[in-house]
Amino acid sequence: MKALLVGETRDGKLLASTYETLAFAREIGAEPVMFLVGSDSALPHFDGRLHLADAARYGEYNPGVHKALLLDVIARENPQLIVFSHSSYGWDLAPRLSVALKAAQVSEVVSVVDGALVVPACNAKLRRQVRASSALTVVTLQAGAFGLAAEPTGTPTVEQVESAAAEKIEFLGYEATEKGAVDLSRAEVIVSAGRGIGKPENMAMIKDLAAALHGEFGASRPVVDAGWVEHNRQVGSTGQTVAPKLYLACGISGAIQHLAGMKKSEFVVAINTDKEAPIGEVADVLVVADVKQLVPALIAKIKAL
Amino acid sequence: MKVLVCIKQVPDMESRFKLNAAGNWYDTADLAWRMNEYDEFAVEQAVLLKEKAPDTELVALSIGPERVKEAMKKALAMGIDRGVHVQDEASFEKDPYQIASVIAEYARNENFDLILTGMQSQDRGSAQVGILVGEMLGLPAVSTVVGFALDGQVVTAKRELEGGLKAVVKVGLPALFTCQLGLNTPRYPTLPNIMKAKKKELTAIPVATLLKDEALAVTEKVSYPEKRGSGLVLEGEIGELTTKLVALLKEKTSVFK
Ligand SMILES: Cc1cc2nc3c(=O)[nH]c(=O)nc-3n(C[C@H](O)[C@H](O)[C@H](O)COP(=O)(O)OP(=O)(O)OC[C@H]3O[C@@H](n4cnc5c(N)ncnc54)[C@H](O)[C@@H]3O)c2cc1C
Repeated sequence: MKALLVGETRDGKLLASTYETLAFAREIGAEPVMFLVGSDSALPHFDGRLHLADAARYGEYNPGVHKALLLDVIARENPQLIVFSHSSYGWDLAPRLSVALKAAQVSEVVSVVDGALVVPACNAKLRRQVRASSALTVVTLQAGAFGLAAEPTGTPTVEQVESAAAEKIEFLGYEATEKGAVDLSRAEVIVSAGRGIGKPENMAMIKDLAAALHGEFGASRPVVDAGWVEHNRQVGSTGQTVAPKLYLACGISGAIQHLAGMKKSEFVVAINTDKEAPIGEVADVLVVADVKQLVPALIAKIKAL
Repeated sequence: MKVLVCIKQVPDMESRFKLNAAGNWYDTADLAWRMNEYDEFAVEQAVLLKEKAPDTELVALSIGPERVKEAMKKALAMGIDRGVHVQDEASFEKDPYQIASVIAEYARNENFDLILTGMQSQDRGSAQVGILVGEMLGLPAVSTVVGFALDGQVVTAKRELEGGLKAVVKVGLPALFTCQLGLNTPRYPTLPNIMKAKKKELTAIPVATLLKDEALAVTEKVSYPEKRGSGLVLEGEIGELTTKLVALLKEKTSVFK
């Protein structure tokens, strides 16, 4: 079996997730060939063919052109699998190939069982086992689900690819979110609020608990989107990545994108009314309780120490 | 201008999910249903456009059994003009490709200037349908949008990338966008608008008239993930819980040192 792996470049740098596609190919015993819109100066380490399109010419986000480049490579390589990361690049580009090739797409693969692909459903409360019936399958891999056991080594054989395809979407540039004064990545204790706190007034008790523990406060995305907390305190794949000694998740369900930002924490305490909440997967302690009752009681207890 | 918003009805994610008899999805009994969270941002974006340009026509489409009309009614109460219910008792067995092809088949001759969808559904989370529809219709499609500004026939959109980075893109209509959390602040329907929504047009179309494609993938089975977490679960009375928790923090962490 041959797998065409689609690597990713951001701001001129090869993304580490590129190696997750390689780890996946190894795990299923597929021969890897790679496609990358990138540059000669940031090549992935692996032994195999690399179809390289120059990012300076084709841009890092140009879905119509990247699709055309990929279709050309697919016609030459004839793979059975096309492998992306389930990232803003991968989930945008993969369906375009699915239509062009009438190939099944299976999103956010976490494992492979008897040749079937396993993906999460319902905020990771369920697992779905999917089998494609098309000859060619496009997959996207959940971030972090596959990893190489050792540092990648090797040198690819580079083949330049080109395309004259036109693009209907014009990329104007990147925009970074303003970095505030808080750097959660250095905090030793973080108390994070999720939608389960119910209303903005309840942020006060989260801040109080953070202060009682001499730590910082953070939040999940809905709390930030609602404007209860500023974006530079958002923890997760589209926010900050943190690794404190203690992470206290208050009313946070534990969506994969949130876990991506905090699962390296040393000790995780979750307070949640739902005993089945997926945060339980990474929590050292899951306290089944209402945050609004537990947090004030906890603050009182700590202050009395 | 004519806008199509695609919405899905999903269960509340705080539910306890049981498996259905066929073992290929969740059991739909005893679940509380709501509009897919991502789609609420799509509906809101459409309504915001109409507030600026009142001659805009807003159509919402949803595929599924009778109950999806409830999600449709919410969209109508938020400000969508009319609804199209594609009746399908077995929508959960269709793969994203089929769902997208049903939507594309409906939209093909309707001349929509703009199609909005959520970036993914909360239950399946495939993040495919929007882009698939765009590609099937030959429209430029932009995913994961957290910023949207229409100026004449041109949209400047912000795509959300990882780690707080955004890509700013420009695209001419007709086009499709998949909406990400935080794009706007979805409104709560007011009581008068809920009443008004009851009188809005809701057309039913049997799915068979729009379905032209076979599934490319099937769900073989659904199961619960193996518990990887070895964590402790504390239940009980609040006072007891805080005592236990503080003792654990003292023992396992250095926060009180
Ligand atoms: C591309 C992408 C990127 C994303 N990036 C991020 C990111 O960076 N960070 C992030 O956090 N999310 C991110 N998300 C969103 C993510 O998928 C979830 O929607 C989000 O994390 C949910 O936040 P939550 O847990 O606070 O809310 P919910 O999922 O609504 O969970 C609320 C929880 O609170 C519990 N609860 C309710 N009431 C109480 C109570 N009284 N006491 C105790 N518990 C209670 C519930 O049982 C539930 O578990 C992203 C999503 C996408 C698609």
